Amino acid sequence: MKRFMAFVKKEFLHIFRDYRTLIILFGLPAVQILVFGYAVRTDISNAGIAVLDLSHDEITTDITNKLESSGFFRIVYSLHSNNEIDAAFKEGIIKEVVIFPEDFGSDLTREGSASVSIIADGSEPNSANLVSSYTTAILSEYSAGLTKNISATMPVIRSEVRMYFNPNLKSQFMFVPGVITLILILVCALMTSVTIAREKEFGTMEVLLVSPLRPWQIILGKVAPYFFLSVINVITILLMAWFVFELPIQGSLALLMAECMLYILLSLSIGILISASVSNMQAAMFISMLGMMLPSLLLSGFIFPIENMPKIYDYVSAVLPPRWFINIIRGIMVKGAGFEIIWKETLILFAMTIFFLVLGSKKFKVRLSQEEK
Amino acid sequence: MTEQKVIEVKDLVKKFGSFVANDHLTFDVYKGEIFGFLGANGAGKTTAIRIFCGLSRLTSGKVTVAGIDAARSPEEIKKRIGYMSQRFSLYEDLTVSENIELYGGIYGMRMKEIITRTEQLLERLDFTQYRDMLIRSLPLGLRQKLAFAVAVFHDPEIVFLDEPTSGVDPITRRQFWEMIYETASHGITVFVTTHYMDEAEYCDRVTIMNEGKIVALDTPAALRQTFGTSSVEELFVKITRPKTETE
Repeated sequence: MKRFMAFVKKEFLHIFRDYRTLIILFGLPAVQILVFGYAVRTDISNAGIAVLDLSHDEITTDITNKLESSGFFRIVYSLHSNNEIDAAFKEGIIKEVVIFPEDFGSDLTREGSASVSIIADGSEPNSANLVSSYTTAILSEYSAGLTKNISATMPVIRSEVRMYFNPNLKSQFMFVPGVITLILILVCALMTSVTIAREKEFGTMEVLLVSPLRPWQIILGKVAPYFFLSVINVITILLMAWFVFELPIQGSLALLMAECMLYILLSLSIGILISASVSNMQAAMFISMLGMMLPSLLLSGFIFPIENMPKIYDYVSAVLPPRWFINIIRGIMVKGAGFEIIWKETLILFAMTIFFLVLGSKKFKVRLSQEEK
Repeated sequence: MTEQKVIEVKDLVKKFGSFVANDHLTFDVYKGEIFGFLGANGAGKTTAIRIFCGLSRLTSGKVTVAGIDAARSPEEIKKRIGYMSQRFSLYEDLTVSENIELYGGIYGMRMKEIITRTEQLLERLDFTQYRDMLIRSLPLGLRQKLAFAVAVFHDPEIVFLDEPTSGVDPITRRQFWEMIYETASHGITVFVTTHYMDEAEYCDRVTIMNEGKIVALDTPAALRQTFGTSSVEELFVKITRPKTETE
């Protein structure tokens, strides 16, 4: 045990002495959370729009005020003619133009219906979609209120969309679990594979193997610090999510931590497997980045929904641990799911962990005997 | 006192598939001896050393290191030996004292002992001013000296040196051999492989391996005499290439 602790201490020294490791360990999660949380948003607030009001009556003024007071929009321009629309868009400040045609108000009061044109900036399809649907929502809400006042007999078709679990459609709900998923696999798989490969590259692994430390102690000693730091990382991310984005954890915190630990263990065992298969740091880094990071980012359902992908990607993503973990963590954090709901994903992760551990230690042994030459 | 055997090898055979890396090696190494292990690359030196260190299992024969059977309990052997490889083996991002502490710890030494012996070691090597410097910032010669000192820090019965001086300048090599002599004088057996033939002359006894077999084993002087050559280098060439050199 004393031998083991001496070894673990050395490992911590490596980590704390290398500022690059520290940046990846602690800087990256913070940056990712802030970037994904603030910059990459799928909800809108304060989007610049322009209003072209050709009707100029009480109702259009009312609607315009409604748009502005919703908090989603900020009216940058009040246009006066159709000719100005193109120029306004080209400036790039506004995302859409809301056009009230002439006689909008009188049409509405007389005939009970009138139409509004919404022109959105299609060069950014995502935000165009969002902005226009938000606007439509506000308009239909307004017209609903209007019909109620005028006559109760008028048939009203209205749709009310309510976002379950995430009523305000906060994108942080989606990104925080994603960032945890990504960071853990990065830190664990990449860092362990690199740190073990480093011992091989510098020839220190040989010295360790000749020492009374057993191979499993060496491996355990290498991964233990990363396990510890990863748990701290999870806690940090959750605290940040809580304080910065007011993202609550709906489900059990203990369950969440336990699942995170399982996932960390899984990522570590992948790291061990990678390091057992390569002999230098470059290769370890390459495989971890390309083999783990990119698929995790693209195919786990973190950013792009798996349901929208061709079937083949669905199968590919089934072998990626992040796909299952992201379900687990979203389930617990956002939906408040208990173990009875996520047991299947947990079982998959568990099986994967065993698989990678067995494969990794086998590979490691083969590797050692090969080095005999 | 010099008759105490610390390594006993009898009919050691190591095969990889059909390839025979060590073909019936038999020899003894005595306490406090500097034992040279010579041979061209691929002659089977490294294979043998790995077996003696408990890293690899022998196919047949009997190997006893520090009184322990290598086939039965290789892990026990590891506790009693020191090892230094041709590849540099200290951690570059740790300081001199941290490296010493690490190896002391791995070999199960008590913290108190580590601290007092570190002081002694630093003083003996004249290293006190480097104590808190990173290995990275030390010149290669100093690192090599420290690596050797670390390999014998836990007072092993035997220290295995696998081509310890490759890539080192002549002055450092000279100093390195002085350290080896000093170590041997304290009763630690030194088992060293090398491909510098002049270094073979520094050993008490020399073994020359060729194609997995021992082709010569004696003191350098006796070998020169038996084979009628003026240096071990000449001798080495002569016996490893018998077909082209003799007759």
